[in-house]
Amino acid sequence: MYNILLAGFGGQGILFAGKQLANAGMKAGKEVSWLPSYGPEMRGGTANCSVIIDEQPIGSPLVTTPRVLLAMNLPSFKKFENKVLPGGIIICDSSLIPAKTARTDVSAYYIPATVMASEHGIEGMANVIMLGHFLKVCHLFAYDYFEQAMISSIPPKREKLIEVNKKALSLGYHYAE
Amino acid sequence: MAKVLMKGNEVVAEAAIRSGCRLFFGYPITPQTEISETLAKRMPQVDGLCLQAESEVAAINMVLGASAAGARVLTSSSSPGISLKSEGISYMVGSDLPCVIVNVQRGGPGLGGIQPSQADYYQATKALGHGDMHLIVLAPASIQEVADLTMEAFDLADIYRMPVMILADGALGQMMEPVNFESRPSRQIPEKTWAAGGHGDKRKNNIINSLYIQPDELENMVVERFKRYAEIAEKEVKHEEYLTDDADIVLVSYGITARISKSAVNMARANGIKVGLFRPITLWPFPSKAIHAIGKKTKAILTVELNMGQMVSDVKLAVENACPVEFYGRTGGMLPSVEEVYKKIATMAAELK
Repeated sequence: MYNILLAGFGGQGILFAGKQLANAGMKAGKEVSWLPSYGPEMRGGTANCSVIIDEQPIGSPLVTTPRVLLAMNLPSFKKFENKVLPGGIIICDSSLIPAKTARTDVSAYYIPATVMASEHGIEGMANVIMLGHFLKVCHLFAYDYFEQAMISSIPPKREKLIEVNKKALSLGYHYAE
Repeated sequence: MAKVLMKGNEVVAEAAIRSGCRLFFGYPITPQTEISETLAKRMPQVDGLCLQAESEVAAINMVLGASAAGARVLTSSSSPGISLKSEGISYMVGSDLPCVIVNVQRGGPGLGGIQPSQADYYQATKALGHGDMHLIVLAPASIQEVADLTMEAFDLADIYRMPVMILADGALGQMMEPVNFESRPSRQIPEKTWAAGGHGDKRKNNIINSLYIQPDELENMVVERFKRYAEIAEKEVKHEEYLTDDADIVLVSYGITARISKSAVNMARANGIKVGLFRPITLWPFPSKAIHAIGKKTKAILTVELNMGQMVSDVKLAVENACPVEFYGRTGGMLPSVEEVYKKIATMAAELK
């Protein structure tokens, strides 16, 4: 079972990124759930979402002890860092999180996703860069499969978003610390 | 049809349209506004109407009017908005009018909060309006079930001529899961010969009314309605059991808490504690007989709810002291973790030894 917690600021595309994971899991025939935090979490507030991808029917959709944490701001990193299961994975947007985990029982990856997005002229795509790196370190989905699943969820009238999403995914996947 | 990933609120809207509902009257409130948001987009595509009323009170009375004219009609709200609708709901019951009402519960009382809650259980099952009355109350626990039960609700409403409530919560409204809208076995829906939908002078006027000044006449109306309630209690009760056969402790839980409880049951089983889950799907009629049978064969029952203990009283009534009934709940919009529920199970298991 993969239970994944994605957390950051509202407006970073946290919920979108989570939805891409759930969607890819569903299309692969797995049981999936996606539960967002909701409420006064508009742009600038904190936002997070729980995604579970499992072979078995899913009980609680709420992820309190994630196997994978994707953190995209410092408050989220601090809040959830110690909740990650031993042997789990933490992926940080190091552009926005000037800290590293002290834990030695998890694998931690640091990728400056927000800075990379600006440098490549794809502001706002840090979330997909994070997903790219997730694919690299988690082996949950094959890269080509995930790319196709993500692209097929983009409506035809937003066709121009296909290339930027592909580029962001590739940047995240090929990033080496 | 392939499965699609959708939010519970969006699924209510889509299921309503697939049930032939073409009228929605509502007023926005978190955490259910995606229902009207989706219908505002979808209804015009199917020649339907999605109308944002000036208030919840107005919305429920528009529902009453549409239903009186024979239409399938939906309204939705969250806890405080449902309270506002209660007068109109009672009028609909008193007029024997069908409709589907969705309550995506949030924390209360008062304006409360906006996070998931089950604190309206008493309201939904005991006193959703004044007078001797019931609604059928359905409690989905997954997004697929939100779809299935919403479609079922329209059929039940028309068959028994009464409002049916979908009692969900903020988590079910907001979460996404795969869903498919496969055709379900269709039920025989009686023709609405009672509807005041126009007749071109071909028959006597139908009158839709909830006022009966003569007490004997009103008593008869209520008694006749309660015969229908008895028929519903006989035919329409639904529940689901998970690992109850050899269980020493059975959790009773519905909706989103049943999901958390199921995970806790799995955790307890992994730790060698024999636990099962009983999940009421109809909250009214309540599966009292089935719970009574559970009470006779298990050592203890634990109800888990998002409130201070409401369904637990129905469980106790059903169990009739055949075994101890305990309660665990969080309220105000807090969801218990699986570990919390497991700890309560472990404590109970230790006491049983």
